[in-house]
Amino acid sequence: MAATRVRSESFQALILRLHAFWSAQGCVILQPYDMEVGAGTFHPATTLRALGRRPWRAAYVQPSRRPADGRYGENPNRLQHYYQYQVIMKPSPPDAQALLLESYREIGLDPLRHDFRFVEDDWESPTLGAWGLGWEVWCDGMEVGQFTYFQQVGGIAAALPSFEMTYGLERLAMYVQGVENVFDLDFNGAGVRYGDVFLRAEREYSAYNFEHADTGMLVRHFADAERECAALLAARLALPAYDQCIKASHLFNLLDARGVISVAERASYIGRVRTLARGCCEAWLDGEEPANRELISKT
Amino acid sequence: MPELLLELFGEEIPARMQARAADDLARLAGAALAPLLPQAPMTFHGPRRIALSCTVAAGVAETRSSERGPRIAAPEQALAGFLRKHGAARDALRQEGDFWVLDRISPGIAAAALIARELPGLLRRFPWPKSMRWGGSSAFTWVRPLRRILCVLDGAAVPFDLRDGGDDGHGVVADALSEGHRFLAPAPFAVRSRADWQEGLRARFVIADAAERRARIAAGLRDLAATEGLHVAEDAGLLDEVTGLVEWPVPMLGRIDAAFMDLPPEVMQVSMRVNQRYFALRDGAGRAAPYFAFIANIPGTDGGAAIVAGNERVLRARFADARHFWDADRRHRLESRVAALDGITFEARLGTQGERVRRLMRLAAMIAPQVGADPARAERAALLTKADLVTGMVGEFPELQGVMGRYYALHDHEDADIADAIRDHYAPKGPADTVPLAKVSVAVALADKIDTLAAFFAIGEKPTGSGDPFALRRAALGILRIVRENGLRLPLRPLFADVLHASGWPIIEEEICDFLLDRLVVQMRADGARYDVVQAVRHFADGEGSDVTLLLARAAAVGAMLGTGEGANLLAGYRRAANILRIEERRDGPHDGPVEAALLTEPAEEALFTALAHVEADVAHHIAGENFAAAVESLATLRPTLDAFFDRVTVNDPHPEIRRNRLRLLARVRAAMHLAADFSKIEG
Repeated sequence: MAATRVRSESFQALILRLHAFWSAQGCVILQPYDMEVGAGTFHPATTLRALGRRPWRAAYVQPSRRPADGRYGENPNRLQHYYQYQVIMKPSPPDAQALLLESYREIGLDPLRHDFRFVEDDWESPTLGAWGLGWEVWCDGMEVGQFTYFQQVGGIAAALPSFEMTYGLERLAMYVQGVENVFDLDFNGAGVRYGDVFLRAEREYSAYNFEHADTGMLVRHFADAERECAALLAARLALPAYDQCIKASHLFNLLDARGVISVAERASYIGRVRTLARGCCEAWLDGEEPANRELISKT
Repeated sequence: MPELLLELFGEEIPARMQARAADDLARLAGAALAPLLPQAPMTFHGPRRIALSCTVAAGVAETRSSERGPRIAAPEQALAGFLRKHGAARDALRQEGDFWVLDRISPGIAAAALIARELPGLLRRFPWPKSMRWGGSSAFTWVRPLRRILCVLDGAAVPFDLRDGGDDGHGVVADALSEGHRFLAPAPFAVRSRADWQEGLRARFVIADAAERRARIAAGLRDLAATEGLHVAEDAGLLDEVTGLVEWPVPMLGRIDAAFMDLPPEVMQVSMRVNQRYFALRDGAGRAAPYFAFIANIPGTDGGAAIVAGNERVLRARFADARHFWDADRRHRLESRVAALDGITFEARLGTQGERVRRLMRLAAMIAPQVGADPARAERAALLTKADLVTGMVGEFPELQGVMGRYYALHDHEDADIADAIRDHYAPKGPADTVPLAKVSVAVALADKIDTLAAFFAIGEKPTGSGDPFALRRAALGILRIVRENGLRLPLRPLFADVLHASGWPIIEEEICDFLLDRLVVQMRADGARYDVVQAVRHFADGEGSDVTLLLARAAAVGAMLGTGEGANLLAGYRRAANILRIEERRDGPHDGPVEAALLTEPAEEALFTALAHVEADVAHHIAGENFAAAVESLATLRPTLDAFFDRVTVNDPHPEIRRNRLRLLARVRAAMHLAADFSKIEG
């Protein structure tokens, strides 16, 4: 049905098509979470909502920050800030794979013309205490998404396993548009390129991430976020506490990019964030409905 | 006999788990359906399905048997116990003579009923390496969601489901339907038999049989490569993996931009094989060709043009990334990166990579003269061994450590033997890997492994039965292989002692050498060689300075002698002597005093006494000259004299002093034999 769709989709048109498609599947279309995160999974709409027995479907774009991946705008395939398109459906629907393939058709990738494959890739987030099984989705040898059946989040077994799909939007758009440099992407179909919007940011943030970030301050902020998170958990405020967990995670990523964390310290930082995440997940479940208490105590 | 076909169809199964799962299915079904005497099993496995077919009996016939119970006169409790044991009521019993008898009937069962009864439990307990939950209605787990079960017996469906109380078993009910290719023929179709199923799948773009798929892929790649006058680089592991990634293999060929062909072949290999599962192509002269081959799962509506273009594009992006690191890394001299190793932890308790490099330099320089290498060159190579760990390329592709160091060293105009040593100091990385032979490489490779063993033993991280997280067994085997395959005369104990001492670690070289010799024995056993001979000589490792080559020469000579008829007879004589001594010494204490010539009365014992004096001197002389073959040959000359002694002389003479003297003579025979090996450790 979509095989004849024009190849030169603009970046923003691609997002709108995905919104329309997943909206039609009953997803709540959310806006990005207003904090710095490393991946769309960190959005509370995924991390927290994946827990408990309440069904949930959501889709949103999440700007994702990977300080160590910055290349000062000089690498055509690497960015320290990029967009993920994130879908979560709880419980996982029986036709999740078919829905996903349908969404690729919607953005112009016909699976009879292209070679789509599901290649084993188990997903794990040590900082979130989360894992799941699934695949990398390949289109003509390129990874165009990550498909996961969540099994555990915040150290708590998922009562209703979710289906999570993450698209790397820039890479997908480059493929659909046939562009070899991310900064050449047609952003709006009206003359604005991706580089016009983001090239300067890539240069400046790379310099910040690698050269200027004040590591002493970052270490202090990490400790502050950790303390604040614990205090908010004591007050049973799961969502504000989770914000502090997200903060701590991003501060850790910045410290890591600055190369000041040794291998041994690294494990310890990850463990500290995981402890926060677990506390937030437990507090969230607890506040959702009393019936969830058994889910917490079982793990 | 009726044919059974079982197909478990679902979402994509990881390639590495498929073959094992098919084997498990055959094994478990064979056990569960054993009453039906399943025959001629065939298994099938692929990305979306594992399947089994076999013939089975039409059913299990009713059987009758009688169980004799207690005597009629037995107490009531005995009868109650008998009834409880068999779950029977009293009125089911009949009397036969003095006994109660229970007639039992095992009802017959039709094959379909037995299959439907057994399979749900089998599937619930299926041993996937890792299983998952999905959906919201069932706790049934599988490797990835299970979508369909086909179960056909003799042309008809055998319905069963996975329900369990309120759990709906994901609503899956076994029937006679299968599905073809995900995109080319997705509609379900009905199946009557295994042959029907296989042909039905083939018509729907699925090759069910993995071996056939693999053969098709191999042939397709070969033909495709030949169209450009090329051939495919052999890669059985990749072929296996790709067989598990496609149902309808379509070989395709992509081009590599000439601009990337100067990347090191190992770098291209990582991007192509590890990341993309592409096959490398070679020209007639074996050089890398600017093409790659891959296996698509679909021909493509445009003849595959979009698929090839897409794959070429992906590889271009990967190569562009590699090219970036390759160019950027070469802007710095390798030597200039050494300082950064002081900021990298090797192991929390063992300090930084920088400290490790300084240990390796010292050790390599010390080993060098003993393996014929120039100490200064070995030290230089050791300085650079770990420098590539802080390059961009190795940061991105850790598996290229060593390999990149060699390229960057050559770029810096380091000498070739030093550059090779940087690459080869990790070798051998496993049983299939080759051992370094160049002298500088040998020195640095040994230093790396000796330091690893010493360091981890020093902090108590010895391998255990279940775990060896620091790969110390591999390091030990590496040392042994380097020494053996280079025929090195290298006492290892002093080297371990020196490393431990210089680093202020506990002095535990004995423990480490013991571990090495244990590995040697294990390795000989695995090779099917005579490991008992090594056990018989390993106590000489001390005296011979833990020189493995010398130890093995001694073991080989002893082993060769034992392989001859003469040697086997000598061993028999030795054992006879040793047995007599063991019994008598238990009573008398050791008989190790001097033999008195005056007390020798029989000619046969005089002959043995004379021969011994000669052989002892001869053996000691040959061993001192490391001529073990001559030493054991000399021992073997004792054989006829010893045999004659046992034939003609009674050891336990009535005169106590004569008896004692003969026991002492036998003790001297034993001691002479022990100059070569402890023959009591010889098996068989």
